[in-house]
Amino acid sequence: MSNALIAFRALVRKDLAIFLRDRRALMVNVITPIVIAAFFGFLFGGSDETVRQLPVGIDDQDGSALSKSIVADLSADASLAASPLPEAQARERVRSGKLRAAIILPRGFGDAATRALFGRSDKPAIQLLYDPSQSFVRPIIEGLITQYVMQRVTQALFSANGSTEIVDESLARVRNNSELSSDRREDLTSLLEAVRRYQARGPAAAGQSSGGAGMVLPMTIANVAVSSGPQYNSYAHSFAGMSVQFILFMGIDAGVALLLMRQQGVWRRLCTAPLSRGVLLGSRVAGTTIIALLILAAVYLAAIALFKVRIAGSVPGFFAVSVAFAVLAASTGLMIAGLGRSVGATRGLSMFSALILVMLGGAWVPAFIFPGWLQRLSLWVPTRWAVDGFDAMTWRGQPFEAALAPAAVMLGWSMLFVLIAVWRFDWEAD
Amino acid sequence: MIGVVSLVADNLEKRFGATTAVAGVSLSAKPGAVLGLLGPNGAGKSTTINMLAGLLRPDRGTVLVDGVPLGTGADPTKRRLGLVPQEIALFEELPARTNLEVFGALYGLAGRTLAARIGAVLELTSLSDRAGDLPKEFSGGMRRRLNIACSLLHEPQILLLDEPTVGVDPQSRNAIFETIERLADAGHTLVYTTHYMEEVERLCDRVVVIDQGRVLADDSLANLLASVPAANVLTLEYDIGIDRAALEQLEALPGITQATLAGTRLSVVAADLSLAAPRVLECLAARGFRCRALTSRRANLEDVFLTLTGRSLRDS
Repeated sequence: MSNALIAFRALVRKDLAIFLRDRRALMVNVITPIVIAAFFGFLFGGSDETVRQLPVGIDDQDGSALSKSIVADLSADASLAASPLPEAQARERVRSGKLRAAIILPRGFGDAATRALFGRSDKPAIQLLYDPSQSFVRPIIEGLITQYVMQRVTQALFSANGSTEIVDESLARVRNNSELSSDRREDLTSLLEAVRRYQARGPAAAGQSSGGAGMVLPMTIANVAVSSGPQYNSYAHSFAGMSVQFILFMGIDAGVALLLMRQQGVWRRLCTAPLSRGVLLGSRVAGTTIIALLILAAVYLAAIALFKVRIAGSVPGFFAVSVAFAVLAASTGLMIAGLGRSVGATRGLSMFSALILVMLGGAWVPAFIFPGWLQRLSLWVPTRWAVDGFDAMTWRGQPFEAALAPAAVMLGWSMLFVLIAVWRFDWEAD
Repeated sequence: MIGVVSLVADNLEKRFGATTAVAGVSLSAKPGAVLGLLGPNGAGKSTTINMLAGLLRPDRGTVLVDGVPLGTGADPTKRRLGLVPQEIALFEELPARTNLEVFGALYGLAGRTLAARIGAVLELTSLSDRAGDLPKEFSGGMRRRLNIACSLLHEPQILLLDEPTVGVDPQSRNAIFETIERLADAGHTLVYTTHYMEEVERLCDRVVVIDQGRVLADDSLANLLASVPAANVLTLEYDIGIDRAALEQLEALPGITQATLAGTRLSVVAADLSLAAPRVLECLAARGFRCRALTSRRANLEDVFLTLTGRSLRDS
């Protein structure tokens, strides 16, 4: 074995020994990402696929058969955890954040809603009280109200035991409406007269139960999660994000440690040996890369064992993304050592930059939540490719080919960082 | 016994921006001897040492190791050199033995050779029983000794010691001196930088006095001391001031170079203190002056530096 290789191997082993001996650093680098990823993963849905119910309050001030049936429908909906509450109490619980929203069906709602179906009558107003911090639930609840109200109102009107009085009123309004064209008036009159005749036969004659059938949704929605195949696991994304963040921090620490070595004269001693700059800097990158891979392995083993995260995509692809990211973290550290001067200032500035990088990379929240311009901008951030690469190989279940672009981009950035480090490294500063 | 290797620096120059740190330093160190590089802080000693160690490329001039020009980086000539840095340059998180393994491997040592060398340097520095301990658990002196041991693993023929005793207690300093003396006896070429004149006086066969990046003097210790006008000084304290006539009589005595009076204190510069002291005492006693106290002092490197620069070594 050549002298340079012996030295290279010894320097890498030294870095590993220092890392493994420092129990506190081990805790920070391995346990912390697991704990924080578990927290974020749980927050964003965990590994359970069931839809979480939205707690809402309902105050039926009408008490009509129609409003009661709507309340029953809303209460039975799987998306809602509805509880009957008086308006004042419901309002207070929304204000305090205990309910996402409250639905108030006003007095006279049932009668007014049925009459308003053909227009020309005042529409009753359902109040939807919602928590402004949870405004994303508003369209969900609006949709459900619309669905059940339309279903029940049309049922009340068109079924065999529907209200003849309302049909008669509607018929009279149509006949007396001078604004309607004669053709249109005739069509509507025929429709309402047919409804009237249908009602006159009674439920038995119509051959249906008293429940009848009004207007129903003319389709069903089959929800199919399109990801890895097994099922989406929000832990997979949070573990990707937190691994990226904490390994980047470790890379920065490695760079700062090199600055510290210079300050303490250890680097000067290393440079006294007959070794090329390539051996000295290369061994540093290699050591940090191996440490990054060890951390990744430990964190993902915990994710797999404890949080059901699966590498549903290509395992070699996952390995390629891991190696590329480990090299990226190590070269980031080297660049910091090349650019940095004082230890304190360098550490503070680097940590700030790393936080921005991981934030833009989608390590905290998925990048698809970002506005479009920020999503496009974040493609220039190497951490975005790291997170996307890990996502692709875990819960998205992508093939090996999908790992190539993230790995190539990260290795490209790494090369740039190494070049900057070599260019800026002050070999005469000691 | 190691090979015989000399170190020669010829007209070294180094600038950092607009500052000239070293301006034409030349020196030569011979095997089996200790060359002292003496100068105040900021004199250019460390920059010179860095060039001698192949850490810095001189802007001008050359360093020759046994006639071979020394380069930087991976130049194999660097293997013949060892540097003991001023700082405790150790991996504090790793045990002493692991530190030695790392620094030995930098020079290509491995396996049994490395193990044997580690044993030898631990013995030389009296650290064999503490090899498994962390440096941070060591005393200051032990850390300094380990610092030296790390530089000896590859058996360098030339050892550069950059202020290796900074912050060390007198007992540990003696242990370090003994190690250095053993190395010199074994035929190593040693260059020792310090701003402590006592260390140079004890260890060095030859002294290069350096200030503001330039060599002010380069000679044996004896010759440097002899070059100082006030080589030996006798100081006498009297009850009353000595009169002018007595002073003139003293200056006329054989072997007395100069006599000066400050109040009741008389200073006499003499070529030989053993001859001058009884003559001065007899002369003044005959004139009725009773001596209360007498001290004598030989010239030292402080005086040499003062003579050369007009400034004190410690105040510079």
